[in-house]
Amino acid sequence: MTTRLSEKGAAVEVRGLVKHYGRTKALDGVDLDVRQGTVLGVLGPNGAGKTTLVRVLSTLVKPDAGSARVAGYDVLRQPRELRRVIGLTGQYASVDEKLSGRENLYMIGRLLDLSSRQAKARADELLERFSLTEAAKRPAMQYSGGMRRRLDLAASMIGHPAVLYLDEPTTGLDPRTRNEVWEEVQRMVADGATVLLTTQYMEEAEQLASELTVIDRGRVIANGRVAELKAKVGGRTLQIVPTDPARLSAMATAISDARLDGIAGVQTDLAAGAVNVPILTDEQLTAVVGLLATCGFGIAHIGTHLPSLDEVFLAITGRPTEPRGPARTAAPAENKEEVTV
Amino acid sequence: MTTATATLERPAKAAAAGEGRIGLRANLRHIGALARRNMLQIKQDPESMFDVLLMPVIFTLLFVYVFGGAVAGKGNQQEYVNYVVPGLMAMMGMNIAMAVGTGINDDFKKGVMDRFRTMPIARSSVLIAKIVVELGRMMIATLILLGVGFALGLSIHTDVLHLLGAIALSAVFGASLMWIFILLGLTMKTPQAVQGVAMLVLMPLQFGSSIFAKPTTMPGWLEGFTKVNPLSNLADAARAMINGGAVAHSVWITLAWSVGITAVTAPLAVARFRKKT
Repeated sequence: MTTRLSEKGAAVEVRGLVKHYGRTKALDGVDLDVRQGTVLGVLGPNGAGKTTLVRVLSTLVKPDAGSARVAGYDVLRQPRELRRVIGLTGQYASVDEKLSGRENLYMIGRLLDLSSRQAKARADELLERFSLTEAAKRPAMQYSGGMRRRLDLAASMIGHPAVLYLDEPTTGLDPRTRNEVWEEVQRMVADGATVLLTTQYMEEAEQLASELTVIDRGRVIANGRVAELKAKVGGRTLQIVPTDPARLSAMATAISDARLDGIAGVQTDLAAGAVNVPILTDEQLTAVVGLLATCGFGIAHIGTHLPSLDEVFLAITGRPTEPRGPARTAAPAENKEEVTV
Repeated sequence: MTTATATLERPAKAAAAGEGRIGLRANLRHIGALARRNMLQIKQDPESMFDVLLMPVIFTLLFVYVFGGAVAGKGNQQEYVNYVVPGLMAMMGMNIAMAVGTGINDDFKKGVMDRFRTMPIARSSVLIAKIVVELGRMMIATLILLGVGFALGLSIHTDVLHLLGAIALSAVFGASLMWIFILLGLTMKTPQAVQGVAMLVLMPLQFGSSIFAKPTTMPGWLEGFTKVNPLSNLADAARAMINGGAVAHSVWITLAWSVGITAVTAPLAVARFRKKT
């Protein structure tokens, strides 16, 4: 417990960060903090500035204005020191495809000034931990998508980074592989890592992050604890499909008219043939199902899901994520297409 | 919680060790690890050695047997071997240097470059490692070239030391050319574009030189061009070091070109690499 920063100390401190590409404001005054030993989820649609943020924080891109400190080091004034304490796993696997898993990890160990013996031991240790021992000698190009991401995570962990950036770590992965990556991230967090995670998925943020910052068009539009934001956007959505499609609107009306505690905003989804009910608690779920049984509605299918990014955005901003949406507040002439740098 | 403590002690230690500066020994170790990467890539993709293995064989046979008679007179191929092989040593460096440009362009599209650039290593070490491995490839090509040359009757009129001198001079000049092509490879968008531009530069430089034929047989304006063409100087130097004759002048000019090219293009290439997003 010698050099430990204070319990409340921020491992990542971003103030007024600005980065413009021509007329595109990739970052337009972003403030955020990642507390020591926690996971901050940065949630936003494509082109919101998430990747630019990670690239600034990993010294790949210089900001136009504002400041950022990582583990106490300034991104502009102390890039070399900063690079010693970070790990980066990008949206695209950043390992050498032609090298085997073990060779990749060994090389990175050597670049981090481990001795040959230490680098070998660390590579084997991480291969074991990320269940890649069997594939250790095969070139990474033969790995499945999930194996590659795991190798990428392992590569980021070699130097015991104080702060880890995960830039959309599961984008493009199938659900099973996604779960594998989540498990690994949860283990890192349990081991005390400080993580900045960018994602487009509310579900991912909920799984991994304790706090959330929602960004859009380079600006922070909301932040807080995951539970708070979820409550703000209505928790879960209960979706009910009646056995008789003709009774869809009757069912929706019955639920609205019952005025159950805390239930509002019942909607019919004609395309899905379902009624959507925003709910916050399990009691509300039970109450709705009980009501339908009492009223004699047949239920063909019932399920709950977390609000999608679109629903989150709708709840926070009152407009959809669509960048060309009519309710734009920024200058209309400005082109806000996707920015991936 | 104890793990969190451990991770936080690292930055403190690293900072104490010299504020993030990378020492010479660490730098050499990084270059070694990255050069190893480039070699493992070759091992994984042996076809990438075809140019090095076949180019010297094909070019030597082609020039000696197809053009040798025309240039030196029928039956004088033997004499032409001693003229063209030292010249081909110069040409080999240029062709391999061009491959560095296309290779680095392709390499830098990969995510692993982002990882390198977020690591505490000198950014130049990635480029220097590439040059080290390419120089190794160039040496292999040169040895094959000399092997084919000897089989066709090449004779060394000087001594081994001069021969080694010729090889070393080609390597020094080849390394300086690599910086040009690395700069080109980092600037252009696709490997195809790099190759296109490189060919446009390469062809006139190679053929408008003393590599294949004596400049005195060329029209005056072209002869003038060959005189300022550094490839002529290198070919002349290599020829003198193998066949005998005045060496100093062409060696100094070639070394001056090498230093000049490297001094201008290497910093530009490293700066380009640093800025590349």
